[in-house]
Amino acid sequence: MIEVKANMAGSVWKIVVAQGDEVTDGQDLVILESMKMEIPIQTDEDGTVVDIKVQEGDFVNEGDVLATIKES
Amino acid sequence: MFQKVLIANRGEIASRIIRTCKKMNIQTVAIYAEPDEDKPFVQEADESYPLGGAKVHESYLDVEKVLEIVAKSGADAVHPGYGLLSENGDFAKTMEQKGVTFIGPSPEAMAKMGDKVQARKTMQAAGVPVIPGTKDAVATVEDAIEAAHSIGYPVMLKAAAGGGGIGMQVVHSDEELKKAFESNSRRAQMFFGNGTMFLEKRIVRPHHVEMQVLADKFGTTIHLFERECSIQRRHQKVIEEAPSPFISEATRQQMGEAAMKAAKAISYYNAGTVEFLVDDQQQFYFLEMNTRLQVEHPITEQITGVDLVEEQLRIAAGEAIRYKQEDICIDGHAIEVRIYAEDPHTFYPAPGQITALSLPQGESVRHELAVNGHSFVSPFYDPMIAKCITSAATRSEAIHVMCQALQDYSIEGIKTNIPMLKQIVNTEAFQSGNTDTSFIDVHYVKEEAK
Repeated sequence: MIEVKANMAGSVWKIVVAQGDEVTDGQDLVILESMKMEIPIQTDEDGTVVDIKVQEGDFVNEGDVLATIKES
Repeated sequence: MFQKVLIANRGEIASRIIRTCKKMNIQTVAIYAEPDEDKPFVQEADESYPLGGAKVHESYLDVEKVLEIVAKSGADAVHPGYGLLSENGDFAKTMEQKGVTFIGPSPEAMAKMGDKVQARKTMQAAGVPVIPGTKDAVATVEDAIEAAHSIGYPVMLKAAAGGGGIGMQVVHSDEELKKAFESNSRRAQMFFGNGTMFLEKRIVRPHHVEMQVLADKFGTTIHLFERECSIQRRHQKVIEEAPSPFISEATRQQMGEAAMKAAKAISYYNAGTVEFLVDDQQQFYFLEMNTRLQVEHPITEQITGVDLVEEQLRIAAGEAIRYKQEDICIDGHAIEVRIYAEDPHTFYPAPGQITALSLPQGESVRHELAVNGHSFVSPFYDPMIAKCITSAATRSEAIHVMCQALQDYSIEGIKTNIPMLKQIVNTEAFQSGNTDTSFIDVHYVKEEAK
């Protein structure tokens, strides 16, 4: 199981995958927004989305877990 | 002169405008969104009114709310600062209709420069040099490819209504252009409500040099020399200086003339900035005109002794410019660094709680601050939290003072770009004046930033 973490503090602008989705290396999971900048957060493994830990509009800090992925 | 000025902005620029109003015995009104309640500018104004909301669309960009407070406070003029409503012609027009003075140019002049495609045509007609590119917007990706072939790669793809680097991308091939066209057009549509794109020749290793102009309502236009603003990340300025160490005296004179020509072509009044790209042969090309006060205006004030905000207020109140062109001289050298709440290595935003703030002191150091030692830096707004300006008789002295100032500058609790600024001002490249727009890519060594 891998944890995908926020690389900056900001709010969750969009969640672009759902629990149970198959994802591939480099695919966007969540888009964070902070200080007029949008940063897509990607998985660096192929796998299945086990859990999304945040909701759109949530404020997250750098290092917070956004999603967990089970590697395939 | 005005009795009471409402500042339709936030942060350091609101404080900056309040300072000049106080000097001129003008009452000030601040407006603020919820996360800004504890910020210095709210305390410094004579009156402050909450806008509610946090996001800019719910607060500073909510024209109805701003108008309501203008009426309630009895302000007879509005200063829009930079960004936010400063280049919104409809807002300016509404103000004037209500008998409140908008401290800036006419809505017509703003409109002429606001649309980049139209601005380019207007400048070309006025004899101001422009970058080779498409005269009209390119409607489809096929048109864009055809235009790119006639201009020659690399080309810069730009949003007609863009700003702040949004909707802008360099492309080197048909493949890159195909990808970039759709995504940038979509982005521009989302941000500016206008997805129109155009193309222009990419000037390799350009310097970004801009001319400050002042013009009154009687047709008098002067320029206050240039600012060199080539050190940028994500197409946003990080370090600016005046005068430019790069351009020759002859280029300076020609650019001053071109800037005044640009302003006169649109019957411009108030303070404005004409931005140029200058290539390695000192050929310069019109980029855009910012029809407002600029973030980096303090360096011009430092070398000319002119308070640009005071001149803005006087011009808006219908006074004639108090200076003749020959009164404006360059005296010394000034450098400004922008302090951003961001990771110095990734340049990602880093909002959060400031726990301590300690500023370098000294006669040659000027501060413009949006925060204090216990401010929370909100994720809703621009990451710029402060500017530090140093000035001295020569460039090398101004750099020396800046190096020392950055050494003594301390912000705790959040990440800032101070380590990056320190590394840059200490490089041989910066100190020798070799500062084209590729500077950060080429000379910024992240590992050395600490």
